[in-house]
Amino acid sequence: MTEKMTAAKALVKCLELENVSTVFGYPGAAICPFYDELTHSQTEHILVRHEANAGHAASGMARITGRAAVCCATSGPGAVNLITAIATAYMDSIPIVAITGQVCTDQIGKDVFQEADITGAAEPFVKHSYLIKDAQSLPETVKKAFHIASTGRPGPVLLDIPFDVLLEEIRFSGAADYAKLPEIRGYKPNTAGNKLQIKRVIEAIQEAEKPLICAGGGLFNRYAFTLMREIAERADIPVVNTMMGISSIPGEHPLSYGMIGMHGKPIANRAINECDLLILLGARVNDRAVLALNQRELKVIHVDIDPAEIGKNLPATIPVVGDIYTVLEQITELLPEKKHTEWNKYLRDNAESPPVNPQYQPQISEKTINPKNFIKILNRLMPDDTVIVSDVGQNQIWTANNISLGESGRFMTTGGMGTMGYSVPAAIGVKKAEPLREVIAICGDGSFQMQMMELATAVQHNINVKIIIMVNNRLGMVRELQTNRYSDNLTAVFLDGSPDFIKLAAAYGINGDYLTDEKNADKALITLLASKKPYVLQVSVDERAVSLI
Amino acid sequence: MTSRFHTISVLVENHAGVLSRISGLFARRGFNIHSLAVGVTENEAISRITIVAEGDNYILEQIEKQLHKLIDVIKIRSVKGAELLSRELMLIKVSCSPDKRAELVAIAEINGAKISDVSQTTMTLELSANEMRLSAFEELLKPYGIKEIARTGVIALQKGANSLNS
Repeated sequence: MTEKMTAAKALVKCLELENVSTVFGYPGAAICPFYDELTHSQTEHILVRHEANAGHAASGMARITGRAAVCCATSGPGAVNLITAIATAYMDSIPIVAITGQVCTDQIGKDVFQEADITGAAEPFVKHSYLIKDAQSLPETVKKAFHIASTGRPGPVLLDIPFDVLLEEIRFSGAADYAKLPEIRGYKPNTAGNKLQIKRVIEAIQEAEKPLICAGGGLFNRYAFTLMREIAERADIPVVNTMMGISSIPGEHPLSYGMIGMHGKPIANRAINECDLLILLGARVNDRAVLALNQRELKVIHVDIDPAEIGKNLPATIPVVGDIYTVLEQITELLPEKKHTEWNKYLRDNAESPPVNPQYQPQISEKTINPKNFIKILNRLMPDDTVIVSDVGQNQIWTANNISLGESGRFMTTGGMGTMGYSVPAAIGVKKAEPLREVIAICGDGSFQMQMMELATAVQHNINVKIIIMVNNRLGMVRELQTNRYSDNLTAVFLDGSPDFIKLAAAYGINGDYLTDEKNADKALITLLASKKPYVLQVSVDERAVSLI
Repeated sequence: MTSRFHTISVLVENHAGVLSRISGLFARRGFNIHSLAVGVTENEAISRITIVAEGDNYILEQIEKQLHKLIDVIKIRSVKGAELLSRELMLIKVSCSPDKRAELVAIAEINGAKISDVSQTTMTLELSANEMRLSAFEELLKPYGIKEIARTGVIALQKGANSLNS
């Protein structure tokens, strides 16, 4: 039955119809009609302490559920604060729907209080955006937004809704009205790969002597990594991964050789440079990931949902545009078994990293912990299905290179955008979606101070995230860069003035501990893992410890 | 690969903000726009944007692929053998069986239009003029069945020895 209701109420109904259980947000005057209606809904609202973190929390939730998650903010500064998170989701291809309040339709363009042209400002970072001026079109626009965000190459979609539009009465029957997807003329993402190209893929794999799979973040869509593992095993193809592709294959898998790139494993980069067929799956050949490949003859199969990524950074011999799950299914249907014994033996024999150049050897001073060993200890103690969310900087590289997840573990980071302050809010989003899994945010003392206000969010909403802060009183990654490239002329990397993070956590009512000796690492981590409430572990790391090599 | 001009025809949704999405994309990806003109097509809900862009084949491929990613972009075609125009130009393709050709040639002559292409079933007329005359010409041809219209929008150069930047 068609009812009359405000657009704000219809919006809440639409979210319910999209099975949105949680909205991360921060209110303000322009978005208040939506908040008013939200109180009558089963959909829960999580109050963050900064709008960007609403976006990061939605990102974490979207990544773990594989479905678009929702964040919201008010007009003007609220909306503008969201941009960092929207841009992060865009670069990392994460489906989020961001809802912002806007000033009244007749005030737009008049520079009134808390007005910002958010659709204009966010344009470079959204998959698509709508400024909803016609209230009656709201339900179909919401439907389109969720469809666009979560299909094709996932990404953020922004819905900007003026205050008067939210209050306008519209006709909306709920489920019946909402069921049918309206036509979007300009949006028809490919799903299946071209059959001829699939044939060429099979032939190329058959002919190759030294094939190599490079697994990217795209493989987490629809659990496509399970098919990737099947293909690798059937044709005996070694697998390396990008940073976004970590945990798409278990670290201990006999065909797994770890992360490629500037900060990757030597053997993974060696494999990339010596293979005769590179199979890129849901990876976009980022500048930090693949260096100097253009300089040699190499057959490249590139499977990606986004045709613009194919041939952008690396010429592809066999481009395959399509949904990664569907394409891998097509490949598994045709792919015969094969052995690449010699190639695998060669890689396995050289898998040990060469001894670390003494110049780069971290000098472990008293009362500090080797961060690489620490991650390995954590890896040994944590449950198999733990979700690790690393931040950005040295902590990210130490974690990426030393974590070795099993079948069910999951690693997340912002490998594309590299946004500091991502880990804690993203972990909050993950934990909200998967309350039974252990969720651990790993950050540095630099990145933690960009997100420490979110401790309150975790406390207020009983979200049991664990936080590990690697403290070296430095912006370590930049410090390392200045040491190596700027003759050790260190500037603006000292974090003097930082608080005692455990005392800070205590001020929020959160328990925590200091770890300054590797001997105590097991005990400290067992306490962290056993905690039924949020917990902060402050790990002292030598200021000269490095991430390179 | 040599750099050259490419004329790219783009069909887009005809609503607010579309042009800014397209020009923004060119700006942030570092694609050079040589000229850009927008005009509504025979379908009111769709605009045609004609862009002349500079770059090698790699750039052209990226321009097309990146444009495709915009939800508001419906269709893209790069037109080879581009011609540069210095006035507003309309290309109008009408249904034209051979027995109607003489009639259409006469209409074209009266209006100062050129016949630019003829096929068994169509005739394409070309008229370079001001906006009002273009609209009147379109009205005149409607009874024959308009198949497609492309308008460049106004681009102009100063006549004579003086130029704007002198």
